[in-house]
Amino acid sequence: MLRACVRAILVFLVVFFYSGGAAKVVTAGLMTVTGGIAGTILYAKWDHKFRETVEKNVPYSDRLLGLALGPAPQETGLSVKKQVRMCSEKLWLRSKQEKKVKETTESPIEVAKPVTAETAAVSTEIESVAAAEPLKERPVEEVTARLAQQDLDEQEIVASVSGNLDDSLASSAKATLQAIGAQEAALQAIALHTQKLKEAMEAEVPPQEKSTQWKDLEACLANRAAAVNDAGTALLKANEALDNLKSVIDKSKGRNVPAVRPLVLAAEENLHKMVVDLDKVVNKVKSAESEAKVVSQYSELVNEAKLQFQREVSSLTPEIQANWKGLTGKLSTDDLNALIAHAHRRIDQLNRELAEQRVREQIHIDAALEQQKLEYLKSQEAAVNTSLQHIKEDARLEQERKLSELREVMEAEMRTQLRRQAAAHTDHVQDVLKVQEQELKAEAEQVLSSKLLEQETRQRQLSQEQLDNFTLDMNTAYARLKGVEEAIDSHVVAEEEARKAHQLWLSVEALNYTLKTAEAGSPTKPLEVAAQAVRDSCHDNEFALALASALPEESLQRGVYSEASLRARFYGLRSLVRRVALIDESHNSLYQYFLSYLQSALLFEAKQEAPPTQLSGEDLDPFKLLSYASYCLEHGDLELAAKLVNQLTGEARRVAEDWLNEARLTLETRQVVSLLSAYANAVGLGTTQAP
Amino acid sequence: MSEKELGQKWDRCLADGVIKLGTGLGLGIVFSVVFFKRRTWPITLGSGMGLGMAYANCQTDLRLHYLVPKKQWLIHSNHI
Repeated sequence: MLRACVRAILVFLVVFFYSGGAAKVVTAGLMTVTGGIAGTILYAKWDHKFRETVEKNVPYSDRLLGLALGPAPQETGLSVKKQVRMCSEKLWLRSKQEKKVKETTESPIEVAKPVTAETAAVSTEIESVAAAEPLKERPVEEVTARLAQQDLDEQEIVASVSGNLDDSLASSAKATLQAIGAQEAALQAIALHTQKLKEAMEAEVPPQEKSTQWKDLEACLANRAAAVNDAGTALLKANEALDNLKSVIDKSKGRNVPAVRPLVLAAEENLHKMVVDLDKVVNKVKSAESEAKVVSQYSELVNEAKLQFQREVSSLTPEIQANWKGLTGKLSTDDLNALIAHAHRRIDQLNRELAEQRVREQIHIDAALEQQKLEYLKSQEAAVNTSLQHIKEDARLEQERKLSELREVMEAEMRTQLRRQAAAHTDHVQDVLKVQEQELKAEAEQVLSSKLLEQETRQRQLSQEQLDNFTLDMNTAYARLKGVEEAIDSHVVAEEEARKAHQLWLSVEALNYTLKTAEAGSPTKPLEVAAQAVRDSCHDNEFALALASALPEESLQRGVYSEASLRARFYGLRSLVRRVALIDESHNSLYQYFLSYLQSALLFEAKQEAPPTQLSGEDLDPFKLLSYASYCLEHGDLELAAKLVNQLTGEARRVAEDWLNEARLTLETRQVVSLLSAYANAVGLGTTQAP
Repeated sequence: MSEKELGQKWDRCLADGVIKLGTGLGLGIVFSVVFFKRRTWPITLGSGMGLGMAYANCQTDLRLHYLVPKKQWLIHSNHI
């Protein structure tokens, strides 16, 4: 492209330098023009505004520029920088909104501190959702579904937990009751046993009952042992159950569901009570046991002493049986003496021991007191510990109870607040709904009314149309009927008309015939009679009457000349007109006459010449007119000939006047007659009915 | 017939001319014989006068249509 331009320029320069003057100018001009165009194109390529102005102002430049540079580039609107700024602004707004959402969700959490776990869970979910999708609000259905789901879950949990708790409570209660029962039974058994033992020890009863007593005692002991065993197993079971309950309680505490709390609390209280009762009973049993132990020790000692004594007695008196108390009648005096001596000896021994004991009484008492103190301390400690534990447990339970109460109160308050808010919201919603209802009602009513109106108008239109159609049909039927009637009537009328038309035609034909009776040189017969006949035959027809009365008087009285006679006359007239061609108002001396005669002798014109459609100035020459008129006459056009002759002026006109009048008369008459005949023909045709 | 008019006019002219010429001639002859010693000039004068009068009459007759006002012309034309 560039090389081609360079070559062209070089060629131009060569031509410019090596050519003559004119060629120089031409080449210079061409170079300037091309240079100008190239410059414009280049500048347009660089500057788009310039290109636009050029395209606007110079008509076909847009095509040329499009060809050279390609289509004009479109404006991008915002530049790249602006777009980037807008994007950054958008992002910033979005992050702000996210923050706001987070804050609003966090603040109510902080305000309502004893908030339930569900709202906390929901808010955390909201937060998480807000973090994930900043501006998207979860639909209400999702939230309610979630809440419902959560409620269901909670309820399930609660149900399960409560079930668990109930089960474990029931089992533990049963076990505890059992244990308590067992313990009480044991206690009773122990008490009974001790009592019996005491009785057995101290009561003086006849020997037969003693054996039963001892048997009862043994039974009681066995009972007591069994009862104690039972109590022990029951206690173990109860402890197991209580431990189970505790573990269940802990587990359910770990669930962190609020509705469970009161249950848990109640379970804990129950547990505590049971534990307390159990401990009490255990303590009772222990004390009873300790008492029993003392009594049993005492009984054991006594038994031991008894046994020893018995052994001694038996060693002394081997014959004596075991129940020596009942055998006082069977003993011999020796045995009795030995027994008494043994008894004395024993009494001495015992007295010595008693003295010894009395001596060491204090020490023993001290030691015993010490022991007792230690034991007492121990038991006290134990009791204190247990009571401390119990109190701690009580306090904890109290605290928990108070906490739950407080929580309940708070929750109630929160609920009232929420309820208030909900009430306000419902009020607002109700108001809005009412307003919306009104609006919608109004809209609906409007739509309804418009639709009703439409329907009504349509209905009316349809009915009107139907009515119109019906009336139209009726009208057409009536019209047709009328038409038929008229047709029938007009038939009669038409026949009458036909007869009349025929008559008219006949009379017109007669008139026409009279026109033909013209002989050469003399006029026709007077048309009066025929005209009268015509008039008679059409006395009700105005048109025909008018025509009939339009016949000129002359024709009626005298008749008219035929065309042939007029033609013949014309030739005589023509030579005369030729002779007086020059004579008019101003030229009418004898000399003029002589000149005119001379002209007619010397001037030769065409015998007949076809007249032009439009007469120009030079056609008004008499000779020319005469030749036109004779042509017309030869071709049977009397009218045109008369018109042409009418153009004559001066003396020629005067000479031709009579002929002209006659021609006029003839033409008039002929016209009237032809009209009449045409009319009669038309009427006849109109009334004639083809078979 | 208006075309016969001219012929009639020429006839009249001619007749009038002949009469006037003859009369003039005659009177000229008479005058020449009687009063003017058989000179020729009264004869020529008389014939000339006669001819002239005839010419004038003829011309007037021929011009008559154009000279006469319309009313009289109508009467005149009806007359014919």
